[in-house]
Amino acid sequence: MDTLQAMDREQMRADIPQFKSGDTVKVHVRIREGDKERIQVFQGVVIRKRKGRINSTFTVRKISYGIGVERIFPLHSPMIDKIEVVSRGRVRRSRLYYLRKLRGKAARIRELRPRS
Amino acid sequence: MVNALIGKKLGMSQLFSPDGEVTPVTVIQAGPCTVTQIKSVDSDGYNAVQLGFGERKPERTQKPLLGHFKKSGKGPFAVVREVRVDDVGEFELGQEVSADIFQVGELVQVAGKSKGKGFAGTIKRWNFSRGPMSHGGMNKRPPGSVGCSASPSRVIKGRKMPGQMGNRSATVKGLMVVDVRPEENIILIRGAVPGGRNGVVFIKKSGKF
Repeated sequence: MDTLQAMDREQMRADIPQFKSGDTVKVHVRIREGDKERIQVFQGVVIRKRKGRINSTFTVRKISYGIGVERIFPLHSPMIDKIEVVSRGRVRRSRLYYLRKLRGKAARIRELRPRS
Repeated sequence: MVNALIGKKLGMSQLFSPDGEVTPVTVIQAGPCTVTQIKSVDSDGYNAVQLGFGERKPERTQKPLLGHFKKSGKGPFAVVREVRVDDVGEFELGQEVSADIFQVGELVQVAGKSKGKGFAGTIKRWNFSRGPMSHGGMNKRPPGSVGCSASPSRVIKGRKMPGQMGNRSATVKGLMVVDVRPEENIILIRGAVPGGRNGVVFIKKSGKF
């Protein structure tokens, strides 16, 4: 097991910031078109984080032109240029699947107030 | 050179390519194996070497086996497997073979003991369909009819029925070696191999592909 963990650690990225379900993030994704590369930003709410060393993924949900779009990113993928945390959300569960049924005002997430 | 090794399955992981593509890999500790016996045409009628792998306590080993391992000068091994070779002249007792016999991109076949599923019904074991669970369904998971009537008045051989599933020797062919790390005796193979973690596997180069 140790060898396996060490192997995974080699590939894991240390530059990923800490974020949780309920946070709003900007994911900068590298996109290849032919031999050119550009960066696209996907901004939305993290509704799930799946842990599993190198296998970890997270799901970001946003409403694009009135349609809900969810994208699952491998957390340690080299295609992710960087992740920015826009705001921390105050949520009471780790899987926010209930957001799928809500829209508009109801789908808002209260911002987490830093404890003083 | 031998074309096969005994190894231990360490588990599965994944590799990212620079383009973000994911390759699922099985991490196998392949070797180091020790030559414990050499069989030649003169002595046994065919050319082969016997490889030993893994540790075993001397006090847990039968005395005849201890004597056998003593000839190679290395401690008792947990697993012993025979590998056919073309020329036995290049081997000597106690010689070590390690993971560097494999090259990246090479195709191999991996044999191991599959995970045991116990006594399994036909649905799990043979992918039969099941009956309705509700609406008065009386045949929920039974196998159903197993044959005809008075003629032939027996069940045809080979009929798929419940029984032991898994925990048997299984081989997967045509797997690709993705990476070889000789200093740690580790090879990475694309895809899954039989057995659970810490299971003994036998990795053999594919002859023709």
